[in-house]
Amino acid sequence: MAHLSLRNVGKTYAGGNQPAVCGINIEIADGEFIVLVGPSGCGKSTLLRMVAGLETTTDGEIRIGERVVNTLDPAERDIAMVFQNYALYPHMTVRDNMAYGLKNRGASKATITERVNEASRMLELGPYLDRKPRALSGGQRQRVAMGRAIVRQPAAFLFDEPLSNLDAKLRVSMRMEIRKLQKRLGTTSLYVTHDQLEAMTLADRLVVLNQGKIEQIGAPLEIYRKPASTFVASFIGAPAMSLLDAFIENGAITLEGHVLAQIGNMAGPVTLGLRAEDLRIAKEGLPMMVEHVEELGAQRIVHGTIGAQTLAVIDTGEAAVQGAVRVAIDPDRLHLFDTTTGQRIESKRQTARELAL
Amino acid sequence: MTDSPLRTTLPNGALLSRLRAWYSADTPNPAKRVQFDRPLTPWLFLLPQLAVVVIFFYWPSVQAVTSSFYIEDPFGFGSTFVGTENYTDALTSSQYASTAMFTAFFCVMVTGLSLGIGLLLAVKADKVIRGAATYKTLLISVYAIAPPVAGLIGMMFFDMHIGPLTDLAAFFGHDLRVGINYWDTAFALITISVWKQIPYNFIFFLSGLQSVPVSVREAALIDAQSGWRRFCDVTLPLLAPTAFFLLVINITYAMFDTFPIIDVVVKDKPANNPITLVYKVYLDGFKGNDIGGSSAQSVILMVVVAALTVLQFRFLERRVHYG
Amino acid sequence: MMQRIKPFDHLILIIGALFLIAPVVMAFMSSTHSAIDIHSNGLYFTPGSDAVGTYGKVLTHRGGFTGDVTGMRMLMNSMIMGLGFAVGKIVLSMMAAYALVYFRFRFATLLFWMIFTTLLLPLEVRIMPSYQVMSTLGLLNSYTGLIVPLLASATGTFFFRQFFRSIPDEMLEAARIDGAGPYKFFIDILVPLSRTMMAAIFIIMFIYGWNQYLWPLLMTTDESFYTLMRGIKSILQVWIGSQIPDYNEAFALAVLAMIPPVAVVVIFQRMFIKGLTESDK
Ligand SMILES: Nc1ncnc2c1ncn2[C@@H]1O[C@H](COP(=O)(O)OP(=O)(O)OP(=O)(O)O)[C@@H](O)[C@H]1O
Ligand SMILES: [Mg+2]
Repeated sequence: MAHLSLRNVGKTYAGGNQPAVCGINIEIADGEFIVLVGPSGCGKSTLLRMVAGLETTTDGEIRIGERVVNTLDPAERDIAMVFQNYALYPHMTVRDNMAYGLKNRGASKATITERVNEASRMLELGPYLDRKPRALSGGQRQRVAMGRAIVRQPAAFLFDEPLSNLDAKLRVSMRMEIRKLQKRLGTTSLYVTHDQLEAMTLADRLVVLNQGKIEQIGAPLEIYRKPASTFVASFIGAPAMSLLDAFIENGAITLEGHVLAQIGNMAGPVTLGLRAEDLRIAKEGLPMMVEHVEELGAQRIVHGTIGAQTLAVIDTGEAAVQGAVRVAIDPDRLHLFDTTTGQRIESKRQTARELAL
Repeated sequence: MTDSPLRTTLPNGALLSRLRAWYSADTPNPAKRVQFDRPLTPWLFLLPQLAVVVIFFYWPSVQAVTSSFYIEDPFGFGSTFVGTENYTDALTSSQYASTAMFTAFFCVMVTGLSLGIGLLLAVKADKVIRGAATYKTLLISVYAIAPPVAGLIGMMFFDMHIGPLTDLAAFFGHDLRVGINYWDTAFALITISVWKQIPYNFIFFLSGLQSVPVSVREAALIDAQSGWRRFCDVTLPLLAPTAFFLLVINITYAMFDTFPIIDVVVKDKPANNPITLVYKVYLDGFKGNDIGGSSAQSVILMVVVAALTVLQFRFLERRVHYG
Repeated sequence: MMQRIKPFDHLILIIGALFLIAPVVMAFMSSTHSAIDIHSNGLYFTPGSDAVGTYGKVLTHRGGFTGDVTGMRMLMNSMIMGLGFAVGKIVLSMMAAYALVYFRFRFATLLFWMIFTTLLLPLEVRIMPSYQVMSTLGLLNSYTGLIVPLLASATGTFFFRQFFRSIPDEMLEAARIDGAGPYKFFIDILVPLSRTMMAAIFIIMFIYGWNQYLWPLLMTTDESFYTLMRGIKSILQVWIGSQIPDYNEAFALAVLAMIPPVAVVVIFQRMFIKGLTESDK
């Protein structure tokens, strides 16, 4: 177990003209579960693989525990990794797959047996120990990959989209299993995914990456409630936050000519963020034209337009929704972003409210 | 894969950067994302292959080129530099010209016939269901027979006393005299060479055919009524890559691998018998002791076959890539 | 798939199979008859009664010019040639391909092209200088001289390189995290992963080595190094001038020379086809 720290870490691939990741600063406490999340190509894997020692670090410093590991071999870094395609050795039995890393480290036979047995008990792999990976289901293979990491008792676990080869249902259950296991073992973990739901449910803290840079670090709820930018706002949460062009005039936020709320002394265009679950279909409010309804059972997502702008609203009512409706907005739940930079603007009103809480 | 030095056209100034790439450890397109970074270990693994290649490939190849510029004393007392004389001698000799002509004719016949028959059999074997495995095994097993064995068996079939094919020809009124009559021998050589090569082509065509997805075949079945149309419009284009690959292989086969067949049938006595260029290299070098002349012919052949192989190699890379 | 079975298709296949197989069958059948019978009656399609005698003689009788090479000896030499070549090829080319695919080092590209240029020129075109090199090295009439020079072509290396490239990158990455160095990875992971490929290559290379003709012809003057292929050449040379050639013995020798490679192909048909069509040469 150890804490992990990335200081000003960056990577430019040989032949690449711009860095794949740059200026990454993260301090990870011992036992913390950190999820790196972001769209495809944003540099998540690159960052994780730099920690693993599979890619060279061209800038900055990576520490595992007290050691600077920049130039160490993957094997010397005391980490274990779970790959997206599991990368199990196809010619070895489940038992040998798990034991291989320990054997190479010169662990005694007794230790190996004990650790493999313990891991297989934890992961319920007992009946499969003598099978080859070929004879296992996807979920079982995934568990073997986990087992291979666990037996080593490393300072940190690194996961690169370990669940994305599983079907949706299995993904949900494995997600919980991974979290439980990690809590029980207390091993510092770095987990890469592009699935925001997986990220939200697993993480102690989320790191949202965009084009090789950190957009925001924080606890899942904190990021959900106060996205630092339009990028984070649209990436975290489903359905995605609706982002609309609004205007502040005389201290009032105006959307398509309707005044939504009063706010301090600002003026000019803003980007207004509205979460679907913060909106209600009501008798009073903004006029919206319903375009399309997604039924989800417990609730429905109503997509519509206000003026020329699109909006999603969650509705839990019984009555059918169609045509022209009105949408009520809680003025406390507005998110404002700078139109040019996309950065969050803290409105006085919201801060005042939060201080009072 | 694209940085092949075999590429014929180089943009200006690219040569230097290519040379640098040969030296540098950073290849633009490494085979693996992560590689071992040890300066010495890879050399250890490469050493045996490199040693064999240098001693048994580069050394003789260089020697072939150098000795092609010399005339060696037949009794081993030194050699004289003669410039390109060996080449001009070879290229202007009428014997060389007729051998080259025959080699070309032989290549065309062997390649055409064995490809054609191989394809025909593969298409039929792909169609039938009952007995397919048996046909396949029977047709393939001949692949493993060595060319000299093929030559020996063929010889017996064309033997003037006991050969059934000689009898057959006699029945049609032709006095088949293999080993004595030029065209009779040529006929025997071609027949035996084709016989030996059919299984190879058959295997490739059949696996090419069987890799055509069932859905494509079914679509073809719906779209084209006549079997012949279906074959021309659908099957043949899909087999084109295999056919091209086989074409080069078959030419190489006809030029080089038929050596034992010729040796067994002609038995060092080219007197009035057709031979191929490779066989002439061997005869002039080992029987005629004309080392310079033989080497010059070797070099000419090297150029021809290198051109052929470049063609094949570039194609192969593509095939491996997309296949 | 719905398709009518046409007798015509079977007819063509049967003719094709006959054309290919009949000579082999006749060679075998004729080898069981006496030379005189063959001389007077031509080739046979039915078994005769002289099999034991003929094969016994071919296998154990000391023949050749010096009178001290038996069929057994030639069979053994062919076996050494086939096995030695196949094993040597696999060992050399796997090692070389491993270095080329899994290491980052200076001159890698140059070495790659140095090795793969050998695919350009078959042995036949440089046969004379190769012979001279061998005699300079004193390797004439030796198993080393018979086998090692044939290993100079990079077909196997090319094939293993393709195969290694198709192995997922993560295999090495996982192994490195598991603490495997270059030797461990090669022995523990790569070699076992390549088992099927090795078998397929082995079959093809065994046949290739067994069937070698020209090279043994040049390399061996000492008859104790004769292979079966070389034996075929000398049995034909002995014929010239004899009244009734030993047809039966020639056929017996041909049959002996065919059996092992044909058996290997038939028994391991699937693996053989896979190896052949995927290695491309
Ligand atoms: N070996 C490489 N050489 C050059 N550029 C690379 C290399 N590997 C990745 N990149 C580039 O670096 C950037 C980040 O890639 P990375 O694999 O880290 O993305 P990712 O966030 O993991 O995406 P995904 O969700 O699709 O896995 C991409 O723009 C990619 O093109
Ligand atoms: Mg990734």
